[in-house]
Order: sequence, then C-alpha cells, then structure tokens
Amino acid sequence: MADALNARELRQDEWREKLAMFGLSLPALVLVFAIIVVPVGWLFWLSLFNDEGVLSLSNYTRMFDSKSYTRIFITTFKVSILTTVFCVLISYPFSYFLSQLPKRWAAIGLFTVLLPFWTSLLVRTYAWLVVLQRKGLVNEWGIELGLWDQPLKLAHNLNGTLVGMVHIMLPFMVLPLYASMRAINADYVKAASNLGANPTRAFWLVFFPLSLPGLLAGMVVVFVLCLGFFVTPAVLGGGKVIMVSMKIETLIDLFFNFGTASALGVVLMILTLAVLFLAHRLLRLDKILGERGA
Amino acid sequence: MNWLSRPVSDIQITHGSRLWLYIVSGLIMMFLVVPTLIVIPMSFSDSQYLEFPPRVWSVRWYDNYFGSPEWMTATWVSVRAALLTVVVTTPVATLAAYGLSVSNLKASRWIFILLITPMMVPVILIAIGIFFAYAKLNLNNSMFGLVLAHSVLALPMCLIVISAGLKSYDMNQELVARSLGASRVKAFLVITLPQIRFSVISGALLAFVVSFDEVIVALFITGGEISTITRSMFLALRDQIDPTIASISTVLIMVTTLALVLTQVFGQSDSP
Repeated sequence: MADALNARELRQDEWREKLAMFGLSLPALVLVFAIIVVPVGWLFWLSLFNDEGVLSLSNYTRMFDSKSYTRIFITTFKVSILTTVFCVLISYPFSYFLSQLPKRWAAIGLFTVLLPFWTSLLVRTYAWLVVLQRKGLVNEWGIELGLWDQPLKLAHNLNGTLVGMVHIMLPFMVLPLYASMRAINADYVKAASNLGANPTRAFWLVFFPLSLPGLLAGMVVVFVLCLGFFVTPAVLGGGKVIMVSMKIETLIDLFFNFGTASALGVVLMILTLAVLFLAHRLLRLDKILGERGA
Repeated sequence: MNWLSRPVSDIQITHGSRLWLYIVSGLIMMFLVVPTLIVIPMSFSDSQYLEFPPRVWSVRWYDNYFGSPEWMTATWVSVRAALLTVVVTTPVATLAAYGLSVSNLKASRWIFILLITPMMVPVILIAIGIFFAYAKLNLNNSMFGLVLAHSVLALPMCLIVISAGLKSYDMNQELVARSLGASRVKAFLVITLPQIRFSVISGALLAFVVSFDEVIVALFITGGEISTITRSMFLALRDQIDPTIASISTVLIMVTTLALVLTQVFGQSDSP
C-alpha cells in the first residue's frame, strides 16, 4: 500500500520535474513564435486577399496564369538544378580524394573548404564579380595572353550566377559527402578486390552505393538553399536572372504589394518544405533498407 | 621504387593511375580559395579598376573605408548587433538545449524541430514577415528589432551545436552533484557548463557570424542610422562597384579567418 503511494508520488515528482525542465525551452519558443510563426502566418493570411481586400485566391491563380511568374519559377528551378549538378560533379572526386588521404593531410584539404565556408557570402560574391566582370581578371588575362579578343560576358548573366552559386554551395556538398565517405570501412573495398573485382568495379559496386546517403543529404541541402537564394543572383545576375526571392523583394520594395509577395513566399516555402520532407522520407527509407540488408 | 607506380593502399590501384584525381582536386582547391584571397592584394591597388598584380600599390581604399563616417557607422552597427545577438541567443539556446535534453519527452523532438524552423523557411519570407510585423510595432530601424530578428536566425545553428555537445555529456554527473547537496542551478553551473563550454563557445561564435553576415533581413528592417555593413555593401555592389569594398572585404576575410582558427582550436579540445 505504502509502496504504491510512494510510487505514485515519485512518478508525479518525476513528471513535474520533466515539465519544469521542458519549460526551459520556453524563451526560445516565444522568440520563434513572435518573430517567425506569427509574422509568417500573418503573411499567409494577407496572401488570401486580393487587391480590393476581398477574400480570394487570385494571388495564387495569378502565378499560374501569368507568363512572367512561370518564367521566374522556371529560372529558379533551372539555376537550382544546374548548381546542384555542378556541385555533385565537383564535390564527388574532391571528397573522394580527401577521404583517401591520411587524416592529418585531409584536415589541410578541408581547410580550403572551411575558409570560403566561413567567409562572408557578400565578400565571396564580390570576389567573383572582380574576377569575372568585363574588365575583370579573367578577361584582362585572357586578352593579354591572346586567348580571345573581345571581353567575354562572364558576369551579369546566368554564367556568372552559376559560377558564384556553385562556389558558395560547394562546402554544403563536400562536408556531408566527406563525412559519409570517411565512415566507409576500407575493408569492404579490400574484400571486393580480394574476391577478384578490379578497382573500377570495386568502386562502383561497393564504395559508391555506401557513399549515397551523404551525397543525397548534400544534394538536398544545396538544392533547398538554392531555391531561396537572393544575394548572389542579384549581384552576379545583373538583372538577367530573376529568381523567386528577387521578385518578392521587388514587389515589396517598389510596389509595396504584400498580398502577391506573400503568396510567392508561401509557394516558395511549401516547395522547400516538400523537398525536405521527401528527402527525409527517402533517407529514412534508405536507412531502413540498409538495416535490413545488414 | 617510383612513387607513381607504388600502390595507394592494400588495393592494387597505384598513385600513377590516380594522378588525374590529384590534379583535379588541386584545381578544385584553387577554385575554392583563390578567388577570395585574390581580393586581398587587389585591395592595395591604386587604380579605380582593381588590378592583379597591382601596378601601383597604395592604401587609398583603406583610407576611404576608415575615413568614411557612413562606413564606420555601419561597421559599428554590425559589430554591436552581432555582439548583442550572441548575448541573447547563447543563453536562450543553451537553456533550450539543456531543457529538451533533460526532459526527453516525446514532445521534445517536435519542439526541437519547431525551434530550427528559422533555418528551413526561406529567409526572404521571414524578412518580409518581420518587416510587416515591425511596421505595426514601430520596430523597423531599431537596434532592438534587428537584434531580435538576428537572434531568431542564429538560434537553430547555436541550438544544434550545443545539443550535440550535450549528447556526449553524461548527465549522471549532475545527479551526483545534486545528491551531494548542490542545487540544480549550482550543479549545472559547476559541473555541466564547464564540460560543454566548447560547444557553447562554438555556438556563440556561430551566432556572431550569422548576425554579422546577414543581408536580407537587414535589407528590409534597417536603414538610415541603423544600417548594417553587409546591407551597405550589398546596395553599393548592386548599384556600382566601389573599390572601397575590396578593402572592407579584406578586413572581413581577416576577421573570419581568425574566427575559423579559434573554432578549430576549441573544436579540437572538445573531442578527446
């Protein structure tokens, strides 16, 4: 009898303590609610009214009817997909190289990834502008060496935007990819060789599949970050590459049109969260399959 | 034996057959580092069009930067905002990380996800949302509003780093202290905090960098006297290219390199 009472008291005590500890996250919750959830919710509410203040979906239907909005979404996807593809092509061999080095040497190699990662985004974008513009380094040197006569159009267009964005996104791809490659047990590859696979076969049948989770994680992060990118295309695109974020900024800055801007922002957010959610399911699935396989 | 024909490891592949990989990786490392670093010598060029290597060396763009009241004001606004962001975010994130890790309820995971949403929602949407809300509250163009906004943006990174630090910490040590008579607060301050201090310091550094580097929210909610340096740089870049930005960039590269070295030092001592 007394034991049962004691047990109940103890359980209540534990519960009370857990709740108190849980309460420590309250300041953070209040901050996120006040600065993110309420304002974004408010914007969503605004996006449901048309210019006359009547409840309607016109802010959303406009996106599908108007050619200019379709073009902006196509540009956004094109830039994001191309950046992700280039990042994969560059990161994979580089991460593989780093993962094969002794840890001490790999740390030096990783420093070349971390340095740009920590450098201000704006500084890096500016650096590319200096390198790529009409009177920039590449053009000056190319003409001096006689490689081409007229300055090439490297900045203020899609090329410049892509170069800048790939440079900025590379660390987000290299870091998870390197981590997953480091975690691969070298004995697996050795076992494959021992069983008669040549290096190419051992790589594609053993190493590559094991590196896929890191590759997928990197691709998702890069793609999602690209979708919402603003600074680099605004500076290096020279007004020729209009992404969704930039359109939103123009709508607010020039027209103070919160309804349309919010609708665009909401669609951008839904796209982003959808990609994240899908990736979450996919990567989870991968893990389940992996466990079952093992 | 020739290095090129020597095998890389226990598998048969030789350094020679991997030569292409070494060359490609060297080029990638140059691609990563050179464009940023090349700004440093160029900022000492005397010409309006930055040259490399500079034909005439001078510090005129540094004079321009350090002599301009606008740039100096913007720099101090950024530094103050970043320091205040650290002061707000670090304790809030530490409390949340500790609370969620100790309570360990089912809801804790969901709260964690909610707290890192600022990282997942597109920044532009957050920016116009805050701009709109601040317009009603008259908080635009205020240091208070800027610090609040930056604190929320810095919260996810800070929380993730500190939570990771707590994961490898054995909470039983705190129970021991409490069973010996220490209060919960004392046990946390004397036993737990010193052991997770490197994660907390890394989190604080990250918060500083997030705030100092932030452009988009500052673009909307600040202006006039309270304009951050990145906002001024962005506007200057979009309109015309002022070589002064090269000198500012060089200063920023120095600062971030220092921060990177600091985190490497702290990060190293965190893992046994």
